[in-house]
Amino acid sequence: MGIQRIAVVGAGRVGTAVARTLVDAGYDVTLSGSGSPAEVEAFASIVAPGAQARWTAEAVTQADLVIVAVPLHRLASLAPAPFTGRVVVDAMNYWPPIDGELEEFDAAPDGTSRVVERLLAGSTIVKTLNHVGYHDLEVDRRALGHPQRLGLAVAGDDPSAVAIVAGVIERIGYDPVTLPSLADGRALQPGGPVFGARLTAAEISRALRDLRLEAA
Amino acid sequence: MELGIGAFGDANWDPATGTRISEAQAVRNVVESIEVAEQAGLDWFGLGEHHTPEFPVSAAATVLAAAAARTSRIKLSSAVTVLSTDDPVRVYEQYATVDALSNGRVEMIPGRGSSIESFPLFGYDLRDYDRLFAEKLDLLLEVNRSARVTWEGTTRPALHGEYVPPRAEHGPIPIWLGVGGNPGSVIRAAQLGLPMATGVLGGSAIRSATNATLYRRAAEQFGNSPEQTMIMLGSPGFLMPDGKMARETWWPHWHQFMKIVGEQRGFAAPTRDSYDRDTGPQGGLLIGSPEEIAERIILMHQHWGHVRQYLHIDMGALPQKDLLRAIELFGTEVRPLVQRELGTTSVDTLLGRASAPALTSSR
Repeated sequence: MGIQRIAVVGAGRVGTAVARTLVDAGYDVTLSGSGSPAEVEAFASIVAPGAQARWTAEAVTQADLVIVAVPLHRLASLAPAPFTGRVVVDAMNYWPPIDGELEEFDAAPDGTSRVVERLLAGSTIVKTLNHVGYHDLEVDRRALGHPQRLGLAVAGDDPSAVAIVAGVIERIGYDPVTLPSLADGRALQPGGPVFGARLTAAEISRALRDLRLEAA
Repeated sequence: MELGIGAFGDANWDPATGTRISEAQAVRNVVESIEVAEQAGLDWFGLGEHHTPEFPVSAAATVLAAAAARTSRIKLSSAVTVLSTDDPVRVYEQYATVDALSNGRVEMIPGRGSSIESFPLFGYDLRDYDRLFAEKLDLLLEVNRSARVTWEGTTRPALHGEYVPPRAEHGPIPIWLGVGGNPGSVIRAAQLGLPMATGVLGGSAIRSATNATLYRRAAEQFGNSPEQTMIMLGSPGFLMPDGKMARETWWPHWHQFMKIVGEQRGFAAPTRDSYDRDTGPQGGLLIGSPEEIAERIILMHQHWGHVRQYLHIDMGALPQKDLLRAIELFGTEVRPLVQRELGTTSVDTLLGRASAPALTSSR
């Protein structure tokens, strides 16, 4: 797989927590936001030391993997071209208190990641990291085999993209639970059984199985 | 170091009894809590603004006015004023009135607030969230600075030098910017030259202290003075003489509160496991014995360097008598322990403001 360079797009609470976690796990990490690299650098050097500030387009085209964590209402302002052909993690949630009522995300029968997929057309979207709180992400990391190691669900249509992202999840300190369709990411959204719940991989699997039984 | 209390005015269902106090009683309970906080020697009391059955204190300044008449020393503040859906001119008039009634004891924390029920209530569109807050904050700062304001924006009619009374007697009202923890917002506080009020609401008590470093670094770049570069922190908190008993007593109330908020916003209720983590020696929930909480605040100070710590105390319908006892312990036991380590410098001294007369020891 050889994933080493990861571009984190979005320099808010989630993006900086993700960047710190990745730096700590040994990845080469870039961080970009709505401001210039100099503006991002001004705080990245303090809140996410080790992450390199870049323009989004430059960071994305040079990365092995992209993680997007911007407020959803700002997603449409990202130029989709640099994302084409890349594996892109959707770490975002539709959050009306911040985003306002966004019709397309409000009525997203196949999940908000399908809307992200349309907006970043040409990229391969994988949904994960969205269902863990940004303040829990770092404190809950555990070594492989630790009895209290928690899980993170990874949903996507493309098995090799899901495998790549699962590898990153494993390396940062969580057991990945893979789901075979991006639409399965609905279960990871706010209101779903695993959102904000701090569960082990077995507990996530059980919660998702229960959900399927309910739906049947 | 100053210590204070934050409250919302709590009319939640009590998980133990299945009953709920009246909304009017919740309003009166806050006034009583402020009086007890002053008697216990605490320095500051902050009151939030919500518009819900669970938290019915919608007009915080009115409640603070009642408290102003019954106290003589404690600082009275909003925590926070949901400025985006209010008129900054009117907000200033209300707080300047409380300032008059309290002989200069008012402060304000304008913030965006995490609850959004005031947007439909007052006819605002959530999509304007950022613009509303930025513009209204700009106007509030302007009204606070000058009696006659000339201002123009897109969110309310322009002002052409109209007079805004009453003018606060001791100069501008101290305004802290309420910040949720987004690095961009932290930098904005520094950019505006405002002291920052932020929260540690669980998780680790010290991990997000990188925001303190960021804030100070940015303030330095903007050339802010020390009095423009202060931090106050709020955290959920509760005390009993026995720390274990405090944690057991608080848990069902916290769990229920977080469960209700979680259902509204779509996240899972906290587990006992995460509660134990967050109330532990490095955790962001300040629940325990006076000694444990004093130690935590001293630890937090090493990382945050804050000048005021307040406990947010009334979430999930704890009986008022337990709350009052906790407020008392915070003032009479925690405050001396913390000040022995961190000194007694008041925020007024740091601001260069004349302080209200000091209360003689409350013991």
